[in-house]
Amino acid sequence: MLENEVCYEATLDHDFLDEIYSLPGGEEIKRCIQCGSCSGSCPQACQMDHAPRKIFSLIRAGFRDEVLESNTIWLCSSCYTCAVRCPKEIKITDVMYALKRLAIKEGKARKGRKAAVLSKNFVKMVNKYGRNHETELMTRYILEAELFNALHFVPQGMRLMMNGRLPVMPHKIKNLDQLRKIINKVEELGEI
Amino acid sequence: MKYTYYPGCSVTATANLYQESIDTVAPSLGIELEELDDWNCCGATAYMSVRELMSFAISARNLAMAEKFHRDLVTPCSACYLVLNKTNHYFNDYPDMRSKIGKALEAGGLSYSGNVRVRHILDVIVNDVDMEKISSQVTRDLKELRVAPYYGCQIVRPEMGFDDPDEPESMDRLIETLGAETVDYSMKTKCCGASLMGTEEKMALALCRDLLMDAQKKGAHCIVTLCPLCQMNLDIYQPKVNSLFKTDFKIPVIYITQLIGIALGASPAELGMKRLGVKVSGEMKRIIEGA
Repeated sequence: MLENEVCYEATLDHDFLDEIYSLPGGEEIKRCIQCGSCSGSCPQACQMDHAPRKIFSLIRAGFRDEVLESNTIWLCSSCYTCAVRCPKEIKITDVMYALKRLAIKEGKARKGRKAAVLSKNFVKMVNKYGRNHETELMTRYILEAELFNALHFVPQGMRLMMNGRLPVMPHKIKNLDQLRKIINKVEELGEI
Repeated sequence: MKYTYYPGCSVTATANLYQESIDTVAPSLGIELEELDDWNCCGATAYMSVRELMSFAISARNLAMAEKFHRDLVTPCSACYLVLNKTNHYFNDYPDMRSKIGKALEAGGLSYSGNVRVRHILDVIVNDVDMEKISSQVTRDLKELRVAPYYGCQIVRPEMGFDDPDEPESMDRLIETLGAETVDYSMKTKCCGASLMGTEEKMALALCRDLLMDAQKKGAHCIVTLCPLCQMNLDIYQPKVNSLFKTDFKIPVIYITQLIGIALGASPAELGMKRLGVKVSGEMKRIIEGA
């Protein structure tokens, strides 16, 4: 649901659309014909504040906060069904990623807090070891986002452990120094 | 045939049974996999949610290191397959992205010209291996075994060319080559919820319930998959689906390479079958062992 029933032109954010256009492939959203193939294809549409078609409409109208604060972007599981069905070949999934990044950057990821915590810790794992360490990732995630719900994760953890699928030690790559140089260079290039 | 192999993080941990079965069946298929030395995580979906260029840059480190071998880069993981292909796509089709990724790689003493072909192991098995070579090695009679072929998302979407994004059939053909029967699995390319299982568990469990229900309705003895995350969600979380939705699913979810191994007569231990959360039992056990 939109927060205000009436929105005034002056309160809309016209830069928002330009920001989306500036992303690689972002200009494609100009081509959206509001056909709704994306919303019809999305396995999560029924759970979303705004289904994907409406998100595109809101972006174009400048409803910045409604888009960035919606749960929609966090329920996208990257199944790419919308992206392959879009008759205008808009990279919808990639736009959702861009919105996730913007929401995190601007502190608007309230409804995606858990997903943002998981993603940020994933990045930490990769930057630390060069590879993901699922055991540590889930431990960090639970401590940060699900502390009061920690017991809920025990059965799956046990099932993985009992079947020898949960390694205790991380795998570290040999040339971490090289990976870090690459990462530092990206920082220098100033990408979000 | 020799390939450079990119295992991906999952098969070194929660999907170790996938790797065990690949190690067991690859030689029989004539597939030689040489692991890319010192590969790093592709970034999966999570890295890209936080940093875009950085995720492409770390992913490109693998491509840059693989390029000198002039061989296809093969991965068993659908997410790695998608991310490495996507990195190639943005690197090759967006000049600004290419120049920035190039600069980042240069800082690490690497360079990449965009020419590594990234392939999924299923693509290699169905398209590079002679199907007759496989069928001639089948030693177990699986004709009574009914299999739900589950492709999931990231191997067929976005379109990467080797199979149809909605109605793929390459794995169906492979399963039939092995002598088993495929059921008409309507959910073959529907999403399992992927990493939402960690953050929005009920929603992901509902998606898994639908996948399991269709397999059961169609009379499948097992679901066969090729993606580590799909396997974990459907297998490890199956008891949770049962308790939330008051269902009674006991459907083993096995990797395609495990099924190949079964057909070719490998022992359960060589295929990591004991690591399944939902063990093979009942009729499926009888079919596999009785043959």
